[in-house]
Amino acid sequence: MSKLTRRAFITTGIAAGGGLVVGIAMRPGNQVKNLASKLGEGGEGLIHTYVKLDSDNVVTAIVPHSEMGQGVHTALGQMLAEELDADWSQVKVEEAPAIGEYASYSAGRRYLFAGVDFSNLAIPTVDGVMMRVADMLNLQITGGSMSVRTTGIMAMRIAGAATRELMQTAAASAWDVPVTEVTTEDSHVVHAASNRREPYSAFAATVAEMTPSQTPAFKDPSDYKIVGKYVPRRDIPAKVDGSAQFALDVRLPDMAYASVVRSPVPGGSVVSVDDAAARAIEGVLDVVVIPKSSVGGMLGETLSTEAVAVVADSYWTANRAVQALNVSWSETGFESVSSDDIYAQFERDISAKTKRETDRKAGETESAFASAARVLDADYHVPFLAHTCMEPLNATADVRNDSAEIWVGCQNPLGFRRDVASILGIDPENVTLNNHLMGGGFGRKARPDYAMQVALLSRAVGRPVQLIWSREEDVRQDFYRPAVQSRFRAAFDSDDNLIAWENTYTNKNEPIEAPLIPYSVPAQDIGYVSSPVHIPFGAWRSVDHSQHGFFTESFIDEVANAAGKDAYEFRAELLQNSPRHLAVLIRVAEEAQWTRPLPAGRGRGISLQESFGSLVAQVVEVTVADGKVAVDRVVAVIDPGLAVAPDGIAAQLESGIIYGLTAALHGEISIENGAVAQSNFDDYKSVRMDEAPLIETYVINSGNDIGGAGEPGTPGIAPALANAVFDATGLRIRQLPLGNFDLNYQAEESGVVG
Amino acid sequence: MSTSFWVNGEQRTLDVDPSKPLLWVLREQLALTGTKFGCGIAQCGACTVHIDGQAMRSCVTPISRVEGRQVTTIEGLRGDDGDLHPLQQAWIEHQVPQCGYCQSGQLMSASALLSNNPNPSDSDIDAAMSGNICRCGMYGRIREAIKSSSVASTSDEKLFYNVAEVDHV
Repeated sequence: MSKLTRRAFITTGIAAGGGLVVGIAMRPGNQVKNLASKLGEGGEGLIHTYVKLDSDNVVTAIVPHSEMGQGVHTALGQMLAEELDADWSQVKVEEAPAIGEYASYSAGRRYLFAGVDFSNLAIPTVDGVMMRVADMLNLQITGGSMSVRTTGIMAMRIAGAATRELMQTAAASAWDVPVTEVTTEDSHVVHAASNRREPYSAFAATVAEMTPSQTPAFKDPSDYKIVGKYVPRRDIPAKVDGSAQFALDVRLPDMAYASVVRSPVPGGSVVSVDDAAARAIEGVLDVVVIPKSSVGGMLGETLSTEAVAVVADSYWTANRAVQALNVSWSETGFESVSSDDIYAQFERDISAKTKRETDRKAGETESAFASAARVLDADYHVPFLAHTCMEPLNATADVRNDSAEIWVGCQNPLGFRRDVASILGIDPENVTLNNHLMGGGFGRKARPDYAMQVALLSRAVGRPVQLIWSREEDVRQDFYRPAVQSRFRAAFDSDDNLIAWENTYTNKNEPIEAPLIPYSVPAQDIGYVSSPVHIPFGAWRSVDHSQHGFFTESFIDEVANAAGKDAYEFRAELLQNSPRHLAVLIRVAEEAQWTRPLPAGRGRGISLQESFGSLVAQVVEVTVADGKVAVDRVVAVIDPGLAVAPDGIAAQLESGIIYGLTAALHGEISIENGAVAQSNFDDYKSVRMDEAPLIETYVINSGNDIGGAGEPGTPGIAPALANAVFDATGLRIRQLPLGNFDLNYQAEESGVVG
Repeated sequence: MSTSFWVNGEQRTLDVDPSKPLLWVLREQLALTGTKFGCGIAQCGACTVHIDGQAMRSCVTPISRVEGRQVTTIEGLRGDDGDLHPLQQAWIEHQVPQCGYCQSGQLMSASALLSNNPNPSDSDIDAAMSGNICRCGMYGRIREAIKSSSVASTSDEKLFYNVAEVDHV
């Protein structure tokens, strides 16, 4: 075994059955009982296995991230296999278990030390610290478009490259040839001069005794055979024949089903329950008040308020019985609050600018506005949004006296395990959490409230329970993308140059850079005020970028128009010092044939948004007719540094665009009497096939640091769409969703169309 | 009350509340979990199955309505030889699914469409598929996969067709 100190080292070990494992070791004598099936007797010390090599030369990549269709299992497998020079057809990928040893330390390193470039010598120490921190925080998160650029970059490819080097060294020694003459290909070591070729597995036992390099040499990207190439996603075949196992598909002996309801006004608790009608329904087993519970975590507190659940022999029965309940909920003080009240509060707080905090201050905005030849101002706002994952929230639990087993699809398995243990008052080591494929996540499944509910419910009824939220509960009890108001002022000099940009918005979350603009404007003052609401906050695909992308990329369009400039040319002029941004913008204009004239009634809009380390530019083409907008075509260009899985990036862009388009056209959670007014897909609409545009995607592999893919497609669609509507009609959309507007009326008024 | 019907070619007789939706009979009593619950009100299509060859939303279909009828679920979409249905193959070739949760329903709607109309136009596809929501937004890939499985077109023609159609709106 290699060095065993408090620092985290790549190391090797012998797998059960005689194969090889490579992963991270942290301290001596670390017996990990849950890894026993993966580690042999000699494996103590090795706590976080990335790659396993079986005696039949099959490589298994062990990925500590959840799969929700973003292709993370495939992409991280590719990164490991590439540097290992593995035969992709002989590579398996499996998800790491929800145990502390698989805490996402590299995501933690990225999260806590963003922008810090550690030396190779320092990395083991930093990783050692982060492994303890991540374990302590129970961080096993899939989110923030982070997996490829954290675990992929900082762990999988290092493990692969280090293992390949050991294979070369072991073969050179056995064959008594210089190591420089030993090459690798398709999970084999090769010595061409003597015509020798052996599978990696032939050297597994030797390599298991060797000490890997902590700083292995990586391949030149021009030699890549797996990364950057098309490979079919590993999770897809099971998703076309019904065999993919989601948490909803779990079946246990003696399992009952449950449905649940919470206070329509967030925060309400149960005053009384009349369950006579519910209990009278045949098949109902019990009616249970699930107590309020609360946990901390990376996203802040998750409060699971009191709920009433019906347990039955069928979900259909349980849900009918929930509808037959007569529950009286406590007053929260928010019973009279409506969306209008919330927007009025935002207006008041933005105008008062009380305790305004600054995101960016550059130049002298006050003097610029004082001396401006012209000032343009505008207010934007967007509503709350729900996530509506296709798979309604559900979880299954079997809670015993001092142990529990949970089946769930979630974005933070380790955190969920900790949270369930916490509310049950048992040791996390006695909670087994089985994470499943997720039927959508989008940030919602990082919140553990649904797992907390089912754990308490199973304990209450003393048997395994599968809790399924109705779609109505899913829409009404979300952690919502916040509603935001954003106020802008732009100052022009007498030559129509943009000299100052001022922006104040409500309620900052993350990422902190979301409201910043890439454009070269000499004076900028960007900041926010706090305006608390009673609707709980949730991370929603691209988080604050989803609002600020719409705001800033719409207002810069207004500014361009006010300056009498073309929307593309104007942006390009302000990006002369940002070549990477400019390249993406130019490419999208070329691919979309920006200058090609469109007939009356049609329009074209552009946007540019950097988020999660990737740059995305979009051009949207619309047709406005009969008061309605049809989105004909979206051209999107992304610069993710390097596309590890090019078709995966394309799919993520397509997906992010449709997700954002649904929000732009239809998405609105409104508040009436303190409660969410919407309930299901009939009143909280999604884009469907008949509204889906043709989407063309293009990738620029700029060679910059690898960026994220899951979220960057989302922020730019709403502004590009609104800008296209302006181009077609002269109507400036400053509120979403677009579906609330009668574009026909406005178009006639403007005289642009019709 | 006893209900008898055929599921994927096999006769099933169950003692069940006649108003229980087919979806929950499939999932809870027959362990056919490929058919998914998404909304419960026939709005999302995740629960789509074939009843006598027609695409139907099983979440609002009482079990009494399928008495004596042929139900096909995603588990029965493969051919009698066990090979994937051409659409399932096309779904893999076009890398259609992301999270995959809606795809059983998408495939059942698409396969019913093609068996009634082997060469659907874009508007035929819109009409047949707009009852199925995909929150991952894979509509473009679904459309391409359906077209690649239809009788007439080839991939390149389709792309030009789409662009041309857009340009002449």
